[in-house]
Parts: sequence; structure tokens; C-alpha cells
Amino acid sequence: MSTDNRMLTMAEALREAMGIAMDERPEVFILGEDIGIYGGAFGVTGDLYHRFSPERVIDTPISELGIVGAAVGAALSGMRPIVEIQFSDFTAQAMDQIANQAAKIHFMLGGALHVPLVLRTPQGSGTGAAAQHSQNLETWFANVPGLKVVVPSNPADAKGLLLSAIDDPNPVIFLEHKLLYKIPGRDPVPEGAIRIPLGVSKVVREGKDLTLVATGIMVNKSFEVAEKLAAEGISITLIDPRTISPLDMNPIFESVEKTGRLLVVQEGPSHGGFINEVIARVSESSSFGSLIAPIKRLAGMNIPIPYAPQLEKAAVPQIEDIEVAARELVKSWR
Amino acid sequence: MTVERLLMGHPLSSPDHARHALLYMYRIRKFEEAVEDLFGRGMMHGTMHLSIGQEAGPTGMCLALKLEDQITSTHRGHGHCIAKGADLTRMMAELLGKEIGYCGGRGGSMHIADAETGNLGANGVVGGGIPIAVGAALASKLQKKGTVAVSFFGDGAMNEGAFHEAANLAAIWKLPVILFCENNKYGMSSSTETAFAIDRLADRGLGYGIPGVTVDGNDVVAVYEACEAAVARARNGEGPTLIETVTYRWKGHSRSDKNLYRTKEEIEEWKHLDPIPNFISKVLAAGILNQEEIDAIAKMAQDQIIEAVNNAAQAKSAVPDGLLEAVFKAVSA
Repeated sequence: MSTDNRMLTMAEALREAMGIAMDERPEVFILGEDIGIYGGAFGVTGDLYHRFSPERVIDTPISELGIVGAAVGAALSGMRPIVEIQFSDFTAQAMDQIANQAAKIHFMLGGALHVPLVLRTPQGSGTGAAAQHSQNLETWFANVPGLKVVVPSNPADAKGLLLSAIDDPNPVIFLEHKLLYKIPGRDPVPEGAIRIPLGVSKVVREGKDLTLVATGIMVNKSFEVAEKLAAEGISITLIDPRTISPLDMNPIFESVEKTGRLLVVQEGPSHGGFINEVIARVSESSSFGSLIAPIKRLAGMNIPIPYAPQLEKAAVPQIEDIEVAARELVKSWR
Repeated sequence: MTVERLLMGHPLSSPDHARHALLYMYRIRKFEEAVEDLFGRGMMHGTMHLSIGQEAGPTGMCLALKLEDQITSTHRGHGHCIAKGADLTRMMAELLGKEIGYCGGRGGSMHIADAETGNLGANGVVGGGIPIAVGAALASKLQKKGTVAVSFFGDGAMNEGAFHEAANLAAIWKLPVILFCENNKYGMSSSTETAFAIDRLADRGLGYGIPGVTVDGNDVVAVYEACEAAVARARNGEGPTLIETVTYRWKGHSRSDKNLYRTKEEIEEWKHLDPIPNFISKVLAAGILNQEEIDAIAKMAQDQIIEAVNNAAQAKSAVPDGLLEAVFKAVSA
């Protein structure tokens, strides 16, 4: 495999992963709304319709419940469907098929059947699309046993994780922050079928003063903060869980034991949020004894995402918020 | 576990076919009578939904299917599972929470699935199986397998969005799927008169470009003939068919039902339309089987159910060990 310096956007990396999987396995196909000639509402499927065929990149009517259900049935019958739901908010239309059917079939039916299904969908705020097009819903899915939940933060991870998700014999919900689609990552995207296993947290950078756990786009914001604060002599370990279900806590425990301080950041609302699970597990672990500061969390406000840009920005953590919280945690607790 | 060879073909086409149709209707009836008895005696847990009175529907449909054809079933699904060839002991064991049950005690009455007989699972959510059957049919088309998928559902499911979305996808993609509505007059307590503004539920097919057929659901011959035509259409690539079988559920919705929404007279009227004597009179009239042979079939079904109950009762109870590991299928290296 060549390790050249290909800088792809996340949309390009995801498309590459799907193309590789479709070349590898005839049972992989994609279905969703406007994913064919249109190329996907966010351009993720792009030219796949032309590279493959209308039978393998299937344009569907606006019918989320129907297409997720059809994907479940196809997955039970030897296929490996990748469903694109145009906005994660619309998964609500398909929730019976996701939460009651796909998630439960393997367990509930005694293991005789399984559902190798990937549901890809954009989430997150920042596009001025208001409350029904901007949510972060990872917690909904993580609270349903039987679903794996992936939240990639960069193109290289997105590609490797999507390849593993397609291989996985279980339903995987793949939540892509829409602001990340068009921007290149910090790291090059390796060519070929390089897979990243689900359930392995990534230590993005290492430091000794603070453990910062962030998901999705908050990883990028937190990275900027970490670089900036390094100049002030504050050194931060940044951890990106990448898959929030299953959740790999070991690097987080190890880092907390080293730094004694923990800041967790997510874009979705705090109440019942995923980051609370991280905090609970640290609290229950022996690494809790290493803490020299109270745990701090930053999350979205407990409100629907508002429309006007100044309101939308106020609803979710910004770089400045992370910077202030990180600095304060390190400076106030020594 | 070996699957008993299923017979395909018209129930009046030979003594074997007639015997098969009758045996399966009796098996469904007697399985459910046994379930009701076990519940009544406090030996069974949870809840149950009985389809006594509706045996002709699944039996007639499955006589038109091959083993590799697929079905999705409902909360009232014992009949579908049995008609498709499920093992009676494993079914009964599931209801009794035993390790050898189809779901190892994790699913119970509403979730019996059997990969060997193409049964993709009964379903606890009304309408939940309809899009899944459409997806199975999509897979059949994409893989050029030539198999047909059937979704069994009740009249109540026809007012769920799942029915409408699934019907539309089946129609636009011309999928080899049969939408099999068992119109038993009631969705729990709401009658079709109060839940529909149309008399013939099969008319719903029109709106999707799907032919809709209504048949006497208590006549296994009529059901078979409609299904055979629908299966042929599906295998020829002509797309889905909506079949409405008009039938009646003798028992309450579930064990909590006090039957306050219907009269005793109505129930009695429908008991006179029992699908089993209905078929027996046809078989006798055609001279395919004699009374002695018919009695032997009834006894055989009864013996098979007794054996299933005994085997299941003696089987090892399911244990909580390994539940956490059962949530996901292991990822192969």
C-alpha cells in the first residue's frame, strides 16, 4: 500500500470506502433518497451511481421507514445494504425498523439470523437549517442494545471505520457531521482497503495536564484548542472514541490516571448525553482516585437547535468555550 | 435438525395434498389449544395471541410456497410458523422458555423465526414485518434467486405507515412479494368498520398499482388458488399482489381480552364457518379421503402436539448466562 499524502475530504473518503466495498463484495449495495444521479444531498455518493449501476446504487422515494425496512429484509437475505438517510433527524421516521427490528433481531430471534446493515446519515448543527435538520442523535442509538454507533471525526478514520462497518455482521449507525464533509482532514487518507476496527478509541495527541475526550466535530475544535494552549505550557491528551458503542474506555482511564483532570465535550445536548456515560465509567473506575479536579463537561444547550446564526452558535460548544474550560481546569486545580 | 418435507400444490389435487392441508390446519388448531390450556393452568408465562379459526390462510398460502421462499409473520404468528414447516417441539419449547426453543427463550410467542424454513420472524410490532418482506424480495431480485417473499399481517397493519411505504416500494420495484392480509375483523378491539372507510381492504392495492384480491379466508382451497396465482405472478417478474383473506379470530386478542367489543352471537356465527369442517366436507365430497383417514389425520396432529408439549416441558430451561454476548453476532477475523 502506498502511503502518499492524499488529502481527501470526508465525503471523498466515505465514497472511496463504499466503492472499495462494492468492488470487493457483490452483496454490498446502497439505497437512499437522491443518491443516484443527484449524487446525494451532501454529495457523498457522488459518481458511484455511474461507476456501478442503478441496481447497486438505488434511488428510493422519500420513504425512510420503507427503505430502512427493505434494507433490514435484504440484510436478512444475504445482502449487505448501506442505507443513506438524508438527515439524521429523519431516522425518526424509520425508528421502528432501526430500534425494534434491526437492533433486536439477532438477540431476540435466538441468533439464527443477523442484520449486516450500515445506516449512514449526516448530523449536527452549523448550516442554518434549524431544529429538524441539525440534531446530534448518537445517544438515541447508543441507548438501544444491538446497534453499533460510529461517529467519525476525520476523513481517514471515516474511510477505515466505514469499511469495518460494512464488514460487520451487525447493524451499524454511522453518524457523519455535515460540516466535516467538505474539509480535508489533518492526516492523509491511505489508499486501498485499510480497515479501522470498531471499538478502538484513538489518542489524537498526548499531553500531561488534561485529558480531553471529544466526539465528531468537537475533536477538531478540541485539537485547535490543544495546539493553542500548548503555547501557554498546557499540555493536553485528546481522545476520540470514534465508536461510542461499543465504547473503548481503556485509553481514557490510562490518560486520566496520568493527567488527573478530565474535560468531555460533545455537540449534542447535555441531558442524557453520551459524555455522561464517559463520566459515569470514569467515576466507577479506579482511575477516579487519580482526579485532582472536578470533571468538567461541555455540551449543547438543552434546547432545539435555533435558526439565526448567532443563536445557532450559542446553542453548541465553540472553540472559545473549550479553550476557557480547558485553561480553567488546569490553572484552578493544581 | 431436519425439516419435514413440505408439500406444494392444490389441496384437492391428491390424497397426499389433502392430507397435508388437513394435517397442518389441525396442527395449528391443536398447538394453540394446547397453548391456551397451558396458559390457563399457569404453566406458561407472558402473553399469547391465538389464531384459532384462521388456520386456512397460512395453510393455503404455504401450500403455494417452496421451502426457500420467505415469510414474515406477526404477533399472531403460530399458524404461519407451523404452516411454513417449523418444528413443533422447538416452538413449544420457546413458549415455555427453554434452551432448545427457537430463540433460546429470548423471544417467546411473538418472535419465532426459523432460518431453515425461510421464516424471517414473527413480529411484536404491527406492520413491522411488511417492509422486511419487501427487502427480502429485493434481495431475491438483486441476487436473481427466483424466491418469493410473503408478508402475513392483519387488517390493523393496513393502517400503519409501514404497510403503505412497503407496498409502494414493492410496486415501483416490481418485487416478488405477496402482501397477505388476514382480515379477521378486529385490530384488538377496533373493528374494520370503525378503522376503514372502505369495505374491501384489497382495494388499497389500487392506490399503489398492485392487484388486490379478496378471498374467503376460511376456505383453504380458495386461499390456495389466489396464492398460487400471486406466486406465479411474482416468479414471472410481474410484481406484488395484495391478498385479503376474510376470516375471524374466535378467541380474544390476547389473554387480557374480555370480548366487550363484540357479541357472543357474532362469535358463534363464525364458529359455524370453521375452516377445518369446511375443507373436510370438500374432501369427502370429492372422494379424496374417507372419514376414517380424516380421523387418523386429526389423531396424528393431536399426538404430534402432545409429543411436542412433553418434549418441551422436559427440556432444560434457558439460563441467563451468555445473554450479554448474544446481543451482537461475533465479528469474524
